Amino acid sequence: MKKTPSTLSTLENAGLSAEDQLLFSNARPRPYEPYPIKAIEDFANWARANSLWILAFGTGCCSIELRPLMTARFDASRFGVAGRPTPRQSSVFIIGGYVSVKTLKRIVRSYEQMQGPKFIIALGSCPANGGMYFDSYNTINQFDLYLPVDLYVTGCMPRPEALLGAILELQDDIKAGKCDGANRYIEHFDEYKANQKKVIKDWNMPDYNW
Amino acid sequence: MMSELLDRLVRDFGVTDITERPPAITTLKVSKENGERLIRELRDREGFTHLNFIACTDWIEDGIFRLIYMLHNYDSKQNLGVHIDIKRDHAEMTSIHTLWAQAWTYQRELREMYGIHFPGSPRLEEDFCLEGWDAMPPMRRDFDTAKYSAERFGHREGRVSLVPRDHMKVQLYPNRGGDES
Ligand code: SF4
Repeated sequence: MKKTPSTLSTLENAGLSAEDQLLFSNARPRPYEPYPIKAIEDFANWARANSLWILAFGTGCCSIELRPLMTARFDASRFGVAGRPTPRQSSVFIIGGYVSVKTLKRIVRSYEQMQGPKFIIALGSCPANGGMYFDSYNTINQFDLYLPVDLYVTGCMPRPEALLGAILELQDDIKAGKCDGANRYIEHFDEYKANQKKVIKDWNMPDYNW
Repeated sequence: MMSELLDRLVRDFGVTDITERPPAITTLKVSKENGERLIRELRDREGFTHLNFIACTDWIEDGIFRLIYMLHNYDSKQNLGVHIDIKRDHAEMTSIHTLWAQAWTYQRELREMYGIHFPGSPRLEEDFCLEGWDAMPPMRRDFDTAKYSAERFGHREGRVSLVPRDHMKVQLYPNRGGDES
């Protein structure tokens, strides 16, 4: 069964078999439109900033520091932050360190499944510039080529205090309406997708994971 | 008991290069042809019932891969490393998945990382860590990982690498241009 040739308004889903193409949506994602009245948008941002749900997805060694964050000593829940086991229920994706190509595929899939509003914190030097894995055959060197990053935390590895600081900063940025990573992703969707497909060679999922 | 066993292995299988690494590791070398037979014998008759791991080293100068099968005997608490050299080009070795099922996974990994073929090993060609890999197997020493990384993943502008020793000298002795003396 042949699909109609792709137009700008739909996705090709070329990685799927003809049979599977019928099972997945080929609609393009749409950017988020802020409320026309600024006061309402500000109020919504305030609410978003105080209800952050972290996706429990650890990618590299930095994510070791995610665990103590939830325990009594650092207790991130006092900032209204809690972990969720599934992308569908989360709003913050913390990229915990180096990202191998195999993980990148899962990250893209998880990130796209997250419902907005959604934010990415990149933890450690590995996602920023490759860190000490800059010459590895299997880890990417610049995470923001593949997904939009709202906040970087430096260090190798950053302490939980740094992560708490990042969360507070993210909250400030959200309240100021500066965290538009999700929209950036959709506006530059084709560029991001091309970069992702440049490194993920066995692309066998839909072009956008609804 | 161990020396008796080793004597017998020398006689029956022509093992060489026996090295004792106290307290509990002994390594020996055997030809590729006798390899599977020797490992089977050790498992079935000599109590080396556990396969710790299969590893590989690339001796590119000698044109060989050295496979290391580490076996463990629960009764005598002995570890026995069986070294088998195979040729680097068209590398191939007898599969031992019939002896230990977990050998599948090791052999899959060796196929992916070194390009060693194990005829008959189940799911050998399936991707393990590297999905959609399209270059030379990356653990071969002639694979240039820095070049591959630069071409495939690029480098961020402005990234610098500091040698810790030199960097700290400048930090500690700034007035002397990092000169200690
Ligand atoms: S930044 Fe350091 S701690 Fe974090 S993933 Fe990279 S190497 Fe590991």
